[in-house]
Parts: sequence; structure tokens; C-alpha cells
Amino acid sequence: MDNKELVTPQCIVEGDETYDLVFEKSHVMTDTRLHYCPGCGHSVAHQVLAEVIQEMGIQDSVIGVAPVGCSVFAYDYLHIDWQEAAHGRATAVATGIKRCLPDKYVFTYQGDGDLAAIGTGETIHCVNRGENIMILFINNGVYGMTSGQMAPTSLEGMKTTTSPYGRDVHMMGYPIKVSELIAPLPGAFYVTRQTVHTPNAVRKTKKAIENGFKYQKLGKGVSFIEIVSNCPSNWKMTPIQSNQFIENEMLKYYPVGDIKVPSKEDLKELK
Amino acid sequence: MEQNEDIRLMKGNEAMAEAAIQAGMDAYFGYPITPQSEVLEYLTREMPNRNFLALQAESEVASINMVYGAAGAGARVMTSSSSPGWSLMQEGVSYIASAQLPCLLVNVNRGGPGLGTIQPSQGDYFQATKGGGHGDYRLLVLAPNSVQEMADFVFLGFELADKYRNPVLMLSDGAIGQMMEKVVFHKREINKIPKPWATTGKTPDRERSIITSLFIQPEKMEKVNLELLKKYDEIEKNEVRYEEIMTDDADYLLVAYGLSARISHKVVLLARERGLKVGLLRPITLWPFPAGVLNKLADKVKGMLVVELNAGQMIEDVKLAVNGKVKVEHYGRMGGIIPSPEDVEENFEKFIKTL
Repeated sequence: MDNKELVTPQCIVEGDETYDLVFEKSHVMTDTRLHYCPGCGHSVAHQVLAEVIQEMGIQDSVIGVAPVGCSVFAYDYLHIDWQEAAHGRATAVATGIKRCLPDKYVFTYQGDGDLAAIGTGETIHCVNRGENIMILFINNGVYGMTSGQMAPTSLEGMKTTTSPYGRDVHMMGYPIKVSELIAPLPGAFYVTRQTVHTPNAVRKTKKAIENGFKYQKLGKGVSFIEIVSNCPSNWKMTPIQSNQFIENEMLKYYPVGDIKVPSKEDLKELK
Repeated sequence: MEQNEDIRLMKGNEAMAEAAIQAGMDAYFGYPITPQSEVLEYLTREMPNRNFLALQAESEVASINMVYGAAGAGARVMTSSSSPGWSLMQEGVSYIASAQLPCLLVNVNRGGPGLGTIQPSQGDYFQATKGGGHGDYRLLVLAPNSVQEMADFVFLGFELADKYRNPVLMLSDGAIGQMMEKVVFHKREINKIPKPWATTGKTPDRERSIITSLFIQPEKMEKVNLELLKKYDEIEKNEVRYEEIMTDDADYLLVAYGLSARISHKVVLLARERGLKVGLLRPITLWPFPAGVLNKLADKVKGMLVVELNAGQMIEDVKLAVNGKVKVEHYGRMGGIIPSPEDVEENFEKFIKTL
């Protein structure tokens, strides 16, 4: 199948008016084939991100910062201006952009290795400075791009290629809860943990991303949106099993919900 | 005094900061380190009354990546540091060179390796001119030898960075950064060229801008490598800068840059008092290196002494330039020790006895 066939629904035939078009992919998504594995939450996260940008009509004023990790090619998929940052440095790069273009919407899209291991320092200080950006944090508890090594967020007992007998927390440390870690900082304006394993969860994630863009206009600090996601390939599961693993295991340790929300007073200026 | 001149007594670091503001710098990101902390201090002091941003980052790693973001957003942007901090920035510098982002970087060189000393040194010559970070790239390297040049090279540096979409490094040292001298600021017209490639939000009238250093297909990567090489060739052709002092009748040549060039200038005068015809070649751009003029001078002189505040680094480039035509030797002090002109002159006389 070529790209055109892939992105054109089979039921739509030019000149044929038998069917109504009820849904099409966001035009903010490019026609580039996603490189993500079947069932991967990144694809879903990209789609809802693109939908929010389209629905808010802000395509011409958004600058994304891509990380190093599975989503390193994020800039191939969303039809907006992008900068590709060094591993862990996305929030520093975003700081440089936002400080020079304060009227634009700036977001980073980072995985758990990028944001919570090598980029921990940049993450904490970016939040602490209250940069008016949105941080999208995809947490699937594993290094996907380098094929399945232990992440700072891998669950206790989780088998990875560098914790082949399961994560021993006494030797390897504990899975880090970044949202809870940064929420107390005054520079964190909105902190929420969402997931993408059910349609309802996807809708909530989309709402959170919309908030993350809207709140930038208030100039009151970072919107931090953690998305608990899956990795069927490196978890060695089918997509359905991996979504069940999110429900049964990941969300036990990383519970879904708002961790810090703006007060009504804070949101008064928002029309 | 001409009306368009503003004469001040300043430290090199302060002159550099003042020049950056006058050159229309939009943003500075930095982290304190001796001997260049005055830069961020001066800028944060001036910020409320003048139109630019100075932000103290949590590390040099963060500040160089803030420079990446700001330069990619089209801003005129700068950072400065000293040797250990400059080492920390090397990953980011490699990315900036690959993504072809114009910016001005400054290393006020102190003694090393390691945490080293806070005293002046030229020990970072290799790191400045041969890469520093990973991969095939070049920085345009300017070496000031006075407070005046620390100011002047800021204007020049920003212009060259924009012209070639390449990071420019000013390699100074702890003495020139810290010493106070007269510095003249001329009224200048500041030209900022359009940067249509910058990420400012994809408006319908243009293709989207992607700032990246990732080219995963080998063919694409090599194409970028070749594009960079072509640019570097152009820079080598157009931007070599140097100063010749009393080289016309010289039998012997000193080669030195920055602080050691100031000392060597005195050595030239001392030796000439003793009847020795000595000249000085001072590279102003360390890359591109003034190899052509050195090769020509090698036809005239009997030998060259390279004076550096390091264990012998620029001497490798001098030898390559001279290509065996004459004897080339090195004299240097390390650890932050600055030799006196008499000390260098004595060693110069020892050297010429070996010719």
C-alpha cells in the first residue's frame, strides 16, 4: 500500500456519494507513515495532540520540541514548527524558545528516559522557573528506542533487558513518580496524570492537552501532563495485553487523575 | 573625542557584555564560573533598562541548550563560560553546529585539565579549533588580545554567525577577561538578517521549519556533512584574520595569539633592542587558521618560536602550515603562570642558537 491508499478510508470513493464522511484524521497530522509499533500509545498521543491544535486553531503559533527516544521523529508527524533537542534537554530548549517568543505556544514531548533520567535536572528547573510551556510526558516504563532497557519509571519487579530478573529496587532504585515530585514546586501550574488505553481515557487526555495549551496564555507556569502509556514490543505483549497491563499494574503505582489544578481565581482571566 | 565615541574603562568581561547589548543581542543564557562571572552580573544589572533577556540557567548543559532553542527561534543569542563549563557545553555545541544555528559562544580560558586553576591559560586551543564535541564540525574561532577586541569581536562574532549560520567562538582567557583597559564603543548600525528557517510558528505562507541534527539515513547525513564542508571551505576562503608586526625585515618569527601575543609583542621590541630582527605573526582567527601567510613567511625567516600558555597546541597548526620549511619550536608556561617578556626573550635567544 502506498501512503495515499493508507490514509484514504476504503469506503470513500471519489464521485461516490453513497457514504458520508464522518471522521478524518486531523490535517495537523502529516501523511508520513508512523514508525511506531502496532498498538503503541505514542500514535494515539500524537493524534489527540494534533486534534487539539487543529480544534484550537493554533497551528501557526505552536512550536514543538521533540526528544530523543521513540518519539525522536515526532516532528515528522505533526505539521507544525519543531525543534529536535538533545537527549534530556527538551525543556531547556523550550525555555530558550518561549523566552524569545513569549506569545507562541511551546510544548515538549518527552519519554521517561529523556525526562526522568538524563533530563531530570532540566525538568525540575524548568518547572521551578515556572516557564509558560506544556510538558507532555509519555511514561511507559521502558526504553523503547534502544529496545527495552530499564527506565527510571519501570515498575518494581519489571523484567527489562537490563533488569532481566526483574527490577530489584534495593539494587536499582525505585520507580520515580515525576508528577508527584514536581507538583509541589510553585512553578507547576497544572499537573495531571492521564492514560491512553481506553477511549474514555483518550478523551480525558485530550482535554488535559487542551488545558495545557490554554493555560499558557495565563503566564502562570508549567502545565505538566503525564500520559501513562504502553510498549507492546518491549513489554513482550500483544496490544490488548499491554493495555490490560496499564489498567492492572501501571495505574496501581501511577494513579490517574489531577495532581495539581489551577484555582478558579487563577482561571478568571481565561475567557 | 568624536561625538559617536563612548570611551570607558572596563574589564574585558564587562566590555564583552556591554558590546553584546549594543550589538542587539536578544538573549543571553549562562551559568556563573570564574573568571567570567562578570558577564552575567553585568547583564542582569543592565537588563531592567535595556531591551534584552539574561537568564541564569541551572548548568552550562542547560544554558547551551537554551541557546539552541533561542537561536532556532531566530533570536540573536549568546552564552559565555570558562574551561570546565565550556567542556560541559560541548554536546550542545555539536548539535548547534549540525543544526546550523547562528550564535556567539565565549570561553574565557582558565588552566586545566580538570577543575584546574582559575588563572589564565590557552589550554583549550585544541578543544576550540579541532572540534570539542563529537562529529565533523568547525567553529569560527576569534582570539582577542585586548579589552577593546573583546568588545569588537562580539559585534564581528554575531555578524559572522548570522552570515554563515554557524556558531562563532570567542576564545579569550582569564587575564584579558579580568583586566581593565580603555575601551571605545563606536555608534554602529546593527544589521539583523531575516531568518526564514527559524521556528516562529508555521504560518500558511511558508513551509514548516524543522531545527534538527538528526539525519538517520547515511545518504542524508553525508549530504549534510558535505554541505557543512562546503560552508567551511567558504569560511576558510573569506574569513582568515591575522596581524603582522615587524615581519617585513624579520629573520625570526614569533607566533602567538591572545595574551601570549601581547607578551610576544614586547619580546619583539626587546630583541630588536639587542639587534635581533624579530617579527610577530598573531592569528586573530584560530579557525580558519592563517596558514597561508605563515607558509609565505617560512620562506623568509630562519625559524619560528610559537609562544603559548599551554603545553604546545597551536604549534601543530604552525608546523602544518610551514610544512618543514623552517624549524618550529614551542615555548609555553602552564598552570596559570604568565611568563614575563624577559623570560620569553631569553628562551627565544636560546632557540635561535639552535638554528
